Amino acid sequence: MFFRSLLAVGALALASAVQAQEPIRIGAFLSVTGPAAFLGDPEQKTLELYVEKINAAGGVLGRKLQLYSYDSAGDAEKARAYVKRLIEQDKVDVLVGGSTTGETMAAVPLAEAANVPFISLAGAVVIIEPVKKWVFKTPHTDRMACEKVFDDMRARGATKVALISGAGGFDRSMRAECLKVAAQRGVQIVADESYGAGDTDMTAQLTKIKNTPGVQAVLNCGFGQGPAIVTKNYRQLGIQVPFYQSHGVASKQYVKLSGDAAEGVRLPAAALLVAETLPAADKQKKVVVDYKREYEARFKSEVSTFGGHAYDGLMLAVDAIKRAGGTDRAKVRDALESTKGYMGTAGVVNMSPKDHMGLDLSAFRMLEVRKGDWTLVQ
Amino acid sequence: MSAELVQFLVAGITLGAIYALVALGFAIIYNASHVINFAQGEFVMIGGMAATAFVDSGLPLPLAAAAAVAAATLVGIALEKLAVEPARNASVVTLIIITIGASILLRGLASLVWDKKIHSLPAFTGERPIAIGGATLLPQTLWVLGATVVAVAALWWFFNRTLTGSAILAVSHNRLAARLMGISVRRVLMVSFGLSAGLGALAGILIAPISFTSWDVGVMLGLKGFAAAILGGLGSGPGAIAGGLALGLIEALGAGYLSSAYKDVFAFVIILGALVFLPDGLAGRRAAERV
Amino acid sequence: MSRKGFAVLALVVALLPLALTNNYTYEVAIVVGLNAIVCVGLNLLIGYAGQISLGHAGFFGLGAYGSAILAARYGWPPFAGLAAAVAAVSLIAWIIGKPVLRLKGHYLAMATLGLGIIVAVVLATEDQVTGGPDGMPVPPLTLGSVVLQGEKLWYWIVAVVLLATVWLALNLIDSPRGRAWRALHGSEVAAGAIGIDPARHKLSAFVLSAALAALAGALTAHYSGFITPAKASFLHSIELVTMVVFGGMASTFGAVVGAAILTTLPQLLTVFKEYEMVTLGAVMMLTMIFMPQGLVPTLEKALAAARRKPE
Repeated sequence: MFFRSLLAVGALALASAVQAQEPIRIGAFLSVTGPAAFLGDPEQKTLELYVEKINAAGGVLGRKLQLYSYDSAGDAEKARAYVKRLIEQDKVDVLVGGSTTGETMAAVPLAEAANVPFISLAGAVVIIEPVKKWVFKTPHTDRMACEKVFDDMRARGATKVALISGAGGFDRSMRAECLKVAAQRGVQIVADESYGAGDTDMTAQLTKIKNTPGVQAVLNCGFGQGPAIVTKNYRQLGIQVPFYQSHGVASKQYVKLSGDAAEGVRLPAAALLVAETLPAADKQKKVVVDYKREYEARFKSEVSTFGGHAYDGLMLAVDAIKRAGGTDRAKVRDALESTKGYMGTAGVVNMSPKDHMGLDLSAFRMLEVRKGDWTLVQ
Repeated sequence: MSAELVQFLVAGITLGAIYALVALGFAIIYNASHVINFAQGEFVMIGGMAATAFVDSGLPLPLAAAAAVAAATLVGIALEKLAVEPARNASVVTLIIITIGASILLRGLASLVWDKKIHSLPAFTGERPIAIGGATLLPQTLWVLGATVVAVAALWWFFNRTLTGSAILAVSHNRLAARLMGISVRRVLMVSFGLSAGLGALAGILIAPISFTSWDVGVMLGLKGFAAAILGGLGSGPGAIAGGLALGLIEALGAGYLSSAYKDVFAFVIILGALVFLPDGLAGRRAAERV
Repeated sequence: MSRKGFAVLALVVALLPLALTNNYTYEVAIVVGLNAIVCVGLNLLIGYAGQISLGHAGFFGLGAYGSAILAARYGWPPFAGLAAAVAAVSLIAWIIGKPVLRLKGHYLAMATLGLGIIVAVVLATEDQVTGGPDGMPVPPLTLGSVVLQGEKLWYWIVAVVLLATVWLALNLIDSPRGRAWRALHGSEVAAGAIGIDPARHKLSAFVLSAALAALAGALTAHYSGFITPAKASFLHSIELVTMVVFGGMASTFGAVVGAAILTTLPQLLTVFKEYEMVTLGAVMMLTMIFMPQGLVPTLEKALAAARRKPE
């Protein structure tokens, strides 16, 4: 009898010990290769770096983090297959990923059906509007970018605006949002041109814009090499009106590629880009400076706002797991939804049942390129 | 002529010259081997990426460019030896799959050997736009146009005045007869692949200052170069140039006067129309078909 | 041979669920089936009738979007929308096939490539109707009041459609039309000389393969619950042609095997992480260089040769 109860106690202790060692499974599907490698590559690096750091510091609630990450290469179909794999085979506790909106939207029905908390790293407003129970996101929406830009244009006296956008999902989604919110923001869209993926010259489109009567400012919705070419063409044609880019090109690569042509270009971006020059009193300064230093020290390459979104996604998940006391999916979801006052690289996050992104317009800063570097527009 | 139209024409010719160089690469290989090399765009990419890598490691631009062209030429020869020669008796479709597989392989290698970032080269003679008829033109564009003209002239001289060039032409007309005359078909194939690769690399280096380069810049350019080569009539060098320029002008004028969102659609609709009414392309030869 | 082959296929399809452990593996099997449906049709065009199409994903995309838009934006009952979409795509294929199939070889390749790109660009640009490059959600198929959802149910739906498609293909190949296709492939002029109208038969192969691609596209849309223009892209067209050529041209089972291997391969290659692309390209090249006839015909020949060896 004694021996049996000893056995039972031993088994129980072993079981709970095994339970305690059970890692917390973070599932990620990112566009590490393909047309959106610009997004997925820093995201992948960031997740690897911080999972390592967190584990080195003892893990979360005494449990190690384990990262399962797949390259969906910007393909929504692949993303779907990988998310199924992550949920069914790898049995992850939380999903962080979906570099592009297309991939995210493919994964949304799966996360909803399987009741897995999903933090998306993509930009379009459609991800969290209408609100879906299990889906959250960390980047600012493209609609917020339009609003920020239009407000700045109004402040400079420009109300007749020309749009030029690329062909990708990010480009078209932001363009659609800008067309929607223009009137509400006091701005009129007088021209709407497009270029294709891989195009090498946009002077034809810009010539049309230049010759549009009354145009007072131009906004380029795009990312990758397109906007850099547009910027160079803009200066080549000698267009004088203010030129705005989107947060899609919030990286030094854009400035480097555009060279002198980028002088005076404005864009909305996260404070991460001007981390060191933020005033000391800025509450966001510590988070962004730390992330910037750690990322650049490890990877020897420029920090990127997209990597910042992955950082925020991981940290929000970890924070929610801590507050939920474990990986019970419903509890983690509730904890995520009640995140308040969390300071991330994108800004301060206050989630609610109606708002699964938690950022407001102040999280976006207006930056201007001067002498090849970012400066904050006050 | 309105300044607007001049600007559209300038844009069209800029695009057209690039497409022409890529199309020329397709034409040379097709002429010698009747293979469409879907990896042609990747040679353009290798030229640009290798040149930027060499420049970053300290070489002066002319040396870096020469080294990049040499590197691409070697890759072209390797492609011919390792992929095309072993499969020389395969069907058209199989060869298409092989060269597409090669382009995927080269892209994957490029993203590993270099990186997935976008790179640029300094413009050869600066960036001050040149005013012409109310429009503006970049000096680099003149380099692209100039190089295309020089390439066409050099190739004409090569094909018509040198032994190797004539050998390539002979093989393209009748492979068996050429072999009977003592021409090494293998050497001819090697030379044409190497030549095409070098030409593609040159194009990549010339356009890197204006439209940058990255590991996947070859996909779209390869596709449009192929379309231009077909439009001009496969296997015809002058046809490839004409096709390239035509494609560039259609795109620019379509974007300018019709709809910029649909400019590629116009281009392909026109190509389709041209093919239906001129099944051998603008300058294509009516080949006699063995029944 | 084809009767035996069909029986084997039916057996594999019936027994496969025993090996499928979770929804993810079911998903892979379903995608294999859907790709196989397109490939069997495409093989009739490429392998038997000897034509080429580098734009077949365009038909796939049109079928998918046609059915999705009719169901989502116009409230059509899903099966009616599906049938209408397949019929419409067949009509489109018939209309454009007539002039385009007069072209040969690389010119035909270019024409079909151009068509595919036109479809992909239009689908991505008309975002008010199609949802743009990010795609649109698609309502599921319903049979009366029953909603057709779930991996296990869809496995059987796709299995039945695939078996029906293979049956159709095998019977067509052995019919006068199939023999006409093979005659065409051998020599168009000679076929014409013995009274086979090349234009009519090329068109029939083209339209049939387009209809099958559209059907697979519509089924994919309703199964996945979403659709993006990437499904009509040049890359997808190339994937489809590769599956057909890799599996073996002029071999219906080859098309199925090609679809199966090339759909599951990327899933297996994830272990290679950043070397995935390099590996895929290398696999494509090596298999085509060493097995230019494709996998199944090469295996068939090897088996036949082994059997002929004296024991």
